[in-house]
Amino acid sequence: MDATIFQVLWYFLIFVLIAGYFVLDGFDLGAGVLYPVLAKNESERSVIRRSIGPVWDGNEVWLLTAGGALFAAFAPAYATTFSGFYLAVMLVLFGLIVRAVSLEFRAHDPAWARLWDVCFTVGSLLPALLLGVAVGNIFAGIPMDAAGNYAGVPLLGLITPFTLLTGVLGLVMFLAAGASWIALKAPKPSALQERAAKLRMPLQVAALVLFAVVTAYVFLVLKPEMAAALGAVRVVFAVAFVVAVAAALFFGVKKGCDLGSFIAQSAAAVCLVALLATSMFPNLVAASAASAGPAITLMSAAAGETTLLWMTIFTVIGLPLVLLYHVIIYRTFRGRVEA
Amino acid sequence: MEALFDVTLLSRLQFAFTAMFHYFFVPLSIGLGLILAIFETKAYRSRKPEDAAAAKFWVKIFTATFAVGVATGITMEFSFGTNWADYARFVGDIFGAPLAAEALFAFFLESVFLGVLVFGRNKVSPKFYMISAWLVFAGSCLSALWILIANSWMQTPAGAELAVDGSKAVITDFFAAAFNPTTIPRYGHTVTAVLTMGSFTCMAVGAFYLMKGRYLEFAKKAVKVGAAAGLASTLVLLVFAHSSAVVVSEEQPTKLAMMEGMYESEAPPLYLFGWVDEENQEVITPFAIPGGTSFLATGTFDTEFPGLNELAETEKYGDMVVEDLPVNFVFQSYHLMVAMFGLIVVVLALAFLALRKERVANNKWVQRLLVVSPAFPFVAIQAGWLTAEMGRQPWVVYPSTTGPDGVSLLTTQGVSTSVTGVEVAITLALFALVYLLLFVAWIRLVTGFIKKGPEVEAIEGSASESAASAGVFTTGFGAGAASSDEAQVLGQKASDPVLAGAGKGGE
Repeated sequence: MDATIFQVLWYFLIFVLIAGYFVLDGFDLGAGVLYPVLAKNESERSVIRRSIGPVWDGNEVWLLTAGGALFAAFAPAYATTFSGFYLAVMLVLFGLIVRAVSLEFRAHDPAWARLWDVCFTVGSLLPALLLGVAVGNIFAGIPMDAAGNYAGVPLLGLITPFTLLTGVLGLVMFLAAGASWIALKAPKPSALQERAAKLRMPLQVAALVLFAVVTAYVFLVLKPEMAAALGAVRVVFAVAFVVAVAAALFFGVKKGCDLGSFIAQSAAAVCLVALLATSMFPNLVAASAASAGPAITLMSAAAGETTLLWMTIFTVIGLPLVLLYHVIIYRTFRGRVEA
Repeated sequence: MEALFDVTLLSRLQFAFTAMFHYFFVPLSIGLGLILAIFETKAYRSRKPEDAAAAKFWVKIFTATFAVGVATGITMEFSFGTNWADYARFVGDIFGAPLAAEALFAFFLESVFLGVLVFGRNKVSPKFYMISAWLVFAGSCLSALWILIANSWMQTPAGAELAVDGSKAVITDFFAAAFNPTTIPRYGHTVTAVLTMGSFTCMAVGAFYLMKGRYLEFAKKAVKVGAAAGLASTLVLLVFAHSSAVVVSEEQPTKLAMMEGMYESEAPPLYLFGWVDEENQEVITPFAIPGGTSFLATGTFDTEFPGLNELAETEKYGDMVVEDLPVNFVFQSYHLMVAMFGLIVVVLALAFLALRKERVANNKWVQRLLVVSPAFPFVAIQAGWLTAEMGRQPWVVYPSTTGPDGVSLLTTQGVSTSVTGVEVAITLALFALVYLLLFVAWIRLVTGFIKKGPEVEAIEGSASESAASAGVFTTGFGAGAASSDEAQVLGQKASDPVLAGAGKGGE
């Protein structure tokens, strides 16, 4: 069965939405995890919160859009992953819930400040770690029954050496983005800004190392089938990822250019998602060796052409608006946060 | 044990609990969104400090409420995949698109301009700020539209057919699916209902200050705006409530029969209240207007509608077991909603009297009634949704009268098969805990805002001129991380450089 143009388009559009999420919510989730590490006093905590305050909500909408689009375009993939990873998804969800509320309540609720700080950090850590674990699973393959339902052990069955590696790689990417963001937005000069800039470097090196380890693991242990036609594209994205992280390091360490470093770090995140998309194609959820059911592919899972046509119309109208909103909000709150 | 961990029942309970909790904050957010936009517009036009303080007061309450609504809304989008995977597979072609569209067209709009409202008071022009308030309100109304499209399609499927292999519903006509027979009546009914709740909340806050003898100018304005918006909303609501009922009688015969406790075919009477004896299949009530409901639905007193027993004999509704239907539950929810509407009318009448007659406005009992009045639309809203959702059981995708053949799904067929009852029991318990925390925190915060009141602070014009006070007000309502009282003191004494400097630590 050949894929139609709409099916291929939507396959990659899902990953575009995921990339948007990874870049945008990436830095505010990372900032949340680093919040207790980097901020040493109330005024520094306030700077971190205010640096993401106006933008985190819009960033998170990328996840909701990706989820909705996956539901609309490839419902079986949405159904299998969300129900199969039930407890893990719920942990991510509880994290997002307490985090959202903590960000809005913290400033008005000094008596409960400690609780909201914990909610902010734990609520950021859960998605930052578990999203990578989930991606590792759909890439490496999960056991499914003939109807496409997850057939493995709940929660613990999702944790393997490989998925732990991808989880940590994801987390480190979130953290590097978070440190880059704080270095970009904190007042300069300030102790907080220096601490963030200093932490940025080892995190980016760690991302490179973990990327190498994950890549080696894929080729030496997993040896998945990958679409041959996309081989060259994959090489380009892999190289681009390394170059982008190296550029982020260069801008950060040599030039002290926080904006350049942040942009390069964001480009690296995009490359990583692009590499994932081209490596998985045409799978949305790979099947493990023990799986009774087949992999969920863009051909087997796609909605009808009418649905995809309407989704495309929505995107053509909606995406420029979304980009416009982002320009408005990031322009309004451009520059460093006041101490 | 097995019954205790029944995955369908637990999943339904979890959906009901999380949706009803979410739907405390949604009506308040949409309703107060309008109130906020009205007050912001007033403040923008008059440029008076007390109007600015009033607007700022609503921003605080609105954003705290909105935050919980956003957070608990994520649960709903995830739940179709986590707990209702087979439902998601069946309806994905149709149901997913409105959810994606909601995020794309509504959530981005709301979240970005909410960021402006919370943090941008001194970063953007007053006009842009005021427009942002209207955009957030527009976004939330748009969000409701997509959700009502999705939910109405489950009530009255249209523009779709069963796939050749029978595995799922596929779309044939987008507009017919989006604007299915119940979309417009139910959207109008929903939005006017939530606006009523928001208006009543505005009125209640005003009445609270009247009772306490504080902020009397603001209090009177709040009662006035709330009463006016409430009256406008309920008047429009009547039209949509009526058309919603009519379309139920046309499209959802089993729901109509449950709402009125009709086991046998008849021209349904109008009950004010009653009790459905499910065993003996009869309604126990002191009085009924014969043919009253028939009249409301069709304009004649003798139009016969089919009862549950007759419907269960038909092919379309053959999957229904009459003895298992929650007839009394639906009957009570529906009549509770209608009864609440009666109270809403009483409240509105008293509010308008209070606005005209000082004596009524100063009456303690009137004030008390107005303070608790948001409970009436709230109960009506919840009862209305219970009627809508329980009334379509045992189906999750309802086989409506004009619905396409085969496009229906029993609730038991929609549940996730890879999730166990124990897992759902664990998450249900966690939801109870986390949501309890959210609710307590929200109450604390909002009662704190109300106690503090719409205090006039040295804002806007004066603040932007003073570099020292800019530190305090840059982040708008985020002010006062260390202590909100401190920020207020600073606001009043912004000219004092020492105090203003200290305020820079705050948000």
